[in-house]
Amino acid sequence: MSVRIRISEDSVAIALGADALATALAQAAAQHGESLEIIRVSSRGLYWLEPLIEVDTGQGSFGYGPLAVSDVESLLAAGFLQGAAHPLALGPVESLPFLERQQRLLFARAGKTRPLSLDDYLASGGYAGLKRVLAAGGDAFMAELEASGLRGRGGAAFPAHLKWATVRGAASGERFVVCNADEGDSGAYADRMLMEGDPYALIEGMTIAALCVGARHGYIYVRSEYPQAIAKLQAAIGHARAAAYLGDDVLGSGQAFELEVRQGAGAYICGEESALLESIEGKRGQVRARPPLPASHGLFGRPTLVHNVLSLASIPIIARDGGAAFYHFGRERSRGTLPLTLGGCLQHGGLVETAFGLSLRTLLYDFGAGAKNGEIKAVQVGGPLGAWITASDFDLLIDYEAFAAHGAILGHGSVVAVDASCDMAGMARLAFTFCAAESCGKCTPCRIGSVRGGEIIDRLRDGSAQHDQDVALLLELCDTMRDGSLCALGGMLHYPVRSALTLFPDAFPKWRAK
Amino acid sequence: MPPSADSDVISQLIAAHGQQRGALLPLLHAIQARFTFIPAPAIPEIAAALRLSRAEVEGVISFYADFYREPPPLHRLRICRAESCRACGSEDLWQQASAGHGAQTAIETVYCFGACAASPAIEFDGRLCCRVDAAQLDALLKDAS
Ligand SMILES: Cc1cc2nc3c(=O)[nH]c(=O)nc-3n(C[C@H](O)[C@H](O)[C@H](O)COP(=O)(O)O)c2cc1C
Ligand code: SF4
Repeated sequence: MSVRIRISEDSVAIALGADALATALAQAAAQHGESLEIIRVSSRGLYWLEPLIEVDTGQGSFGYGPLAVSDVESLLAAGFLQGAAHPLALGPVESLPFLERQQRLLFARAGKTRPLSLDDYLASGGYAGLKRVLAAGGDAFMAELEASGLRGRGGAAFPAHLKWATVRGAASGERFVVCNADEGDSGAYADRMLMEGDPYALIEGMTIAALCVGARHGYIYVRSEYPQAIAKLQAAIGHARAAAYLGDDVLGSGQAFELEVRQGAGAYICGEESALLESIEGKRGQVRARPPLPASHGLFGRPTLVHNVLSLASIPIIARDGGAAFYHFGRERSRGTLPLTLGGCLQHGGLVETAFGLSLRTLLYDFGAGAKNGEIKAVQVGGPLGAWITASDFDLLIDYEAFAAHGAILGHGSVVAVDASCDMAGMARLAFTFCAAESCGKCTPCRIGSVRGGEIIDRLRDGSAQHDQDVALLLELCDTMRDGSLCALGGMLHYPVRSALTLFPDAFPKWRAK
Repeated sequence: MPPSADSDVISQLIAAHGQQRGALLPLLHAIQARFTFIPAPAIPEIAAALRLSRAEVEGVISFYADFYREPPPLHRLRICRAESCRACGSEDLWQQASAGHGAQTAIETVYCFGACAASPAIEFDGRLCCRVDAAQLDALLKDAS
């Protein structure tokens, strides 16, 4: 009998050499007369161990990693097909502390199933939610959704059921479901992992949403930096349609739902929902004034339910297990699990999905294993518009309200850590550079302010002769942008800038005569 | 390629992609996939087919960083310079590439490939590379010149 080997086909695993490893392993095994079956699965999100291979040993899945092609011979010689010892052996993968302490709902299939296999999806509980909703009806699911306490995962954390009720309650006529898969926040990659690794979960979530709000057409707007996600979704949509999970008559329900992938074109602002809708309509991605909200006047002027990838991928879980089961995870008003993405200088970079409520310290040290070199100097949570946080505040809990009370944001759950070598004034400069490059140009505080702010920081970094005035000017500019910007790009830029300035004043030196 | 052939191809692409709602971005992507940039003669044709003004089409092309108005160099090196990659040495890679690239290679800034657990990340001719070091970048730049 041939031994089963699992290797990820996630784009980052491939970038780290997973394809080359799979090929080398197959060739070497054939030469040694070993019989093995390599299946390509999603990624566990243990990126510091990628490329990772897992062997079905009968006593669980044994891991080896991070591997290079040059390790293949020694693996075979050691007898890794029987789970034997090797310098890069990890033991049973699910017992690794990094994984064992997670509570994976959205990423329950990660590392186990073949992303495009509908059979694998069905065998792991896929489409059970849709079937329940078709049997029980939309009203019943609306009650489950409210009971789940789900709030949007795209950053604003708005209660999902309220948005659904608006679209569902709109006067008759065309309406849409749109998935925001722009994942523009640097540091974030959970949407990418989900789309590459479990595309049917997103498709099922959108289908349930469409049936509940009465939409017959949906769009997934994916950033162009994610070509593998786009290809996977397109292929999965084709398979789902062929099996009547999409199309004119979804599972014999008499209801139609068609789904289409739209590729972004390199504009961060198209992650803002109204700019995203403009972009699908074929226009410049400029932010719309609100009200009206997309739920009443969205795509092509019609009621539109816009949700982040992870919000929509939560829907099949809520539909299958019930709202109460989802609500059981988390604390206070932050319910369910949040996939957090660790990056930057941490030893263990990867995906951590747990219930809300763990501390930043636990996340950074118990999961992230601290910095590769020296100490963690600061972390930025919530993307490029998130505040910097330092060690004295690492007891902060992962919870929307706790972060807001601290003057920070949780955003989409990205966590970027930096060590002592990081130039914090350079990071503040980056915030303005980024804002200037990505501003949609609709309002002056953001369009002009981002350029002015960058100039002030340049002066400060050189050791400004008018240091105190420049700092005051910078803080005033932060306020103006916060209060006068139409959307959060200009409106939240003060978070990274002000926190860098207050936490690291020495990074903005006073002028000294040379 | 003779201009008439271009025009035929553009008409075909318009016929294939121009019918859907909000057709402009998918159409521009399709044209660029075929020509590597958006040829100037395509613009009035797109405008006419989608009942837009030329200014509207130009406005959309210029808004999005992905669309090129001119043929891009043969190779394209995109370096992520967002926070995580910056914390792992992307600025050194940027300097190295800026100093050492050949005329056939365009160097562009990207903010995030979603590879932040394996920073620094770059993309060379569409292929993502992670945990990139100076030696690896040097080899890529040599290959490209
Ligand atoms: C500048 C800006 C960028 C945004 N980028 C994203 C993004 O990349 N992905 C996302 O899901 N939401 C993003 N959002 C939030 C969306 O506007 C919107 O709130 C979200 O898609 C709603 O879905 P949710 O309720 O599931 O969170 C962004 C907002 C702003 C202001
Ligand atoms: S804040 Fe910036 S990105 Fe947002 S609407 Fe204004 S100009 Fe556009």
